[in-house]
Amino acid sequence: MFFDSDLLMSALRALTPILFAALGGAVCERAGVFNIGLEGMMLMGCFTAVATSWFTGSPWLGVLAAALAAAAYSLILAVGTVTLRGDAVVLGVAMNLLAVGLTSFLLRTIFGVQGTFDDPSLTGLPLVGGFSPLAYLAWAAVAVAALMLSRHVWGLRLRGVGEAPEAAATLGVSPARYKYAAVLVSGVLCGLAGAQLALGNVTLFSENMTAGRGWIAVVAVMLGRALPFGVLLAALLFGVAEAAGFRLQGLGLPQQATDAAPYVVTLGALFLSTAQRRRRTGRTTGVAS
Amino acid sequence: MARPSTDRIAAALRSPVTFSVLAGLVIGALFLVGTGADPFAAYGAVVTGSLGADGIGATLSTGTSVLGMALALAIPLRAGLINLGGDGQMVLGGIAAAVTGLYSPLPAPLTVVLALLAGITAGAAYAALAALCENRFGVPLLVSSLLLSYPATSFASYLVRYPLKEPGSSLPQTGRLPDGVALPAFGTSTVTFGLVLVVLAAAAYWFADRRTAIGYEIRMTGLNPRFAAYAGVERKGLTLRLMATSGALAGLVGAIGVLSFPYRFLDGSLTAPGYTWTGLTAALLAAAAPLGTVLASFFFAVLQVGGLSMERTTEVPRELTQVLQAIVIVFLAARLSFPRRRRKTAQEPITQGEFV
Repeated sequence: MFFDSDLLMSALRALTPILFAALGGAVCERAGVFNIGLEGMMLMGCFTAVATSWFTGSPWLGVLAAALAAAAYSLILAVGTVTLRGDAVVLGVAMNLLAVGLTSFLLRTIFGVQGTFDDPSLTGLPLVGGFSPLAYLAWAAVAVAALMLSRHVWGLRLRGVGEAPEAAATLGVSPARYKYAAVLVSGVLCGLAGAQLALGNVTLFSENMTAGRGWIAVVAVMLGRALPFGVLLAALLFGVAEAAGFRLQGLGLPQQATDAAPYVVTLGALFLSTAQRRRRTGRTTGVAS
Repeated sequence: MARPSTDRIAAALRSPVTFSVLAGLVIGALFLVGTGADPFAAYGAVVTGSLGADGIGATLSTGTSVLGMALALAIPLRAGLINLGGDGQMVLGGIAAAVTGLYSPLPAPLTVVLALLAGITAGAAYAALAALCENRFGVPLLVSSLLLSYPATSFASYLVRYPLKEPGSSLPQTGRLPDGVALPAFGTSTVTFGLVLVVLAAAAYWFADRRTAIGYEIRMTGLNPRFAAYAGVERKGLTLRLMATSGALAGLVGAIGVLSFPYRFLDGSLTAPGYTWTGLTAALLAAAAPLGTVLASFFFAVLQVGGLSMERTTEVPRELTQVLQAIVIVFLAARLSFPRRRRKTAQEPITQGEFV
């Protein structure tokens, strides 16, 4: 049996980081902030989680620090786009590059190693019922986000700010405040994504270890139309692709084919979803110069 | 464009570009102080290490790849399109050139030309695929180009590990290209004829941008896509052509990389130095202007090569130069400049840009 419970379990384990990051992206999307800095925020989370866990011996402090650090890092996007009206696309790309450089730099200055830091005494997250505790938190976050966006006044205002900022401002809702909040929430979620990746999926930090997952999360937001449960389905698709890839590797397919699988599947899903809709969704990315 | 030169100098000093570069250098200095190094010594090492007698060759050969990738990214950027798939296009160009170089039955000089053309074609075709994703399926170019990049690098990695692997070698690499199948180098340096090729490409870009109708169309599209569309610029066709040109240049960089030292395709050797991202940074810093892109590429090549000698003399990790590059772009994208009357642009909603 190729599709069995094991495959589903490993798919569910693989999707947690994507799910966190994509939820963050969805919240930003709803508030009208185009966030493609998810990858960089995640990577900052990865490094902070590993460094904190290493120095304190507590993976939980690592998770907390990762959430805080990524939230602080996300302020670059908030200040840059909301306050200074900069270009969100260029800022996002620059944040992703900065995170790669910064984490590699810190890896060498703090740990004195290049490439990968992994040490037997680095404590990772425990498993509860076969999953990382953060996986449960991610699923809960989906429900909370869905409830917030559909029922709670904050979520409704956030959507209003995203859809009609002038109207929201007229009603006394500060668009800037809600946009800041959305970006900070995405920072916290990406920090958790990074912590799960570096202390849950594996227990190490390596340069650029997010390897495009933040971008997959950006695609998951598009696929799921920025709806929390839609994003969950999109992330599940990615998780299945990754798990199936590992399974195929066991059956003798070269590692490179399985490495590429998630990206190909994601792109294929995008084709299908846009072909099905036949609506224009493409954002034009004008570079402000 | 006939402003008095003093005005120009003043404007240049006040421009966000100058501010961003200076801010990057200042923040870099803070990092250096933080790691206990002397920033002046470190920056001195960057300059002497990259422009001194034994560094200039490395700077020019690094500059070849950086400028090539910067042009590849600048050309679509001029129309407001971002190609994030440079790595994949470059690697496929490299593989195509390596296969051509290894198996072509033609005499060596012809093989070199053929390998360059193969690299250009492979890169162009792959970038055109990303453009088709946007035009046909509505997948944003930013996303399609980047997502296509990963399978391309994986594919190349697979090829040099299995079917094309050099027998008996412990490294994932193809065999060495036959004698004579290489770009001529200048003297004994690592600088090859590839530099001439990318400089010619830059000149062609400058000419097209300044003197041709298509260059004007591209600029107009970048400044105001809706106006350009109204004026009859066909967006889909333009996207396809620009991406193909962009991929062609990325493929050329890959081919040049294979046809210079180490004269083979070694897995990761094209992508590891991060030419794509350095090139993107240079293109963004110059706002894709032809001459500016050349200058910015040279600047970043100096940083990248100088970073190595900085590491040797001050023991500050060379990754700092990556940090510097990104910080420059963060400042630039946030549109910060030296304090002066901030002009309000009329087309943006008033609701953005307020302080919390």
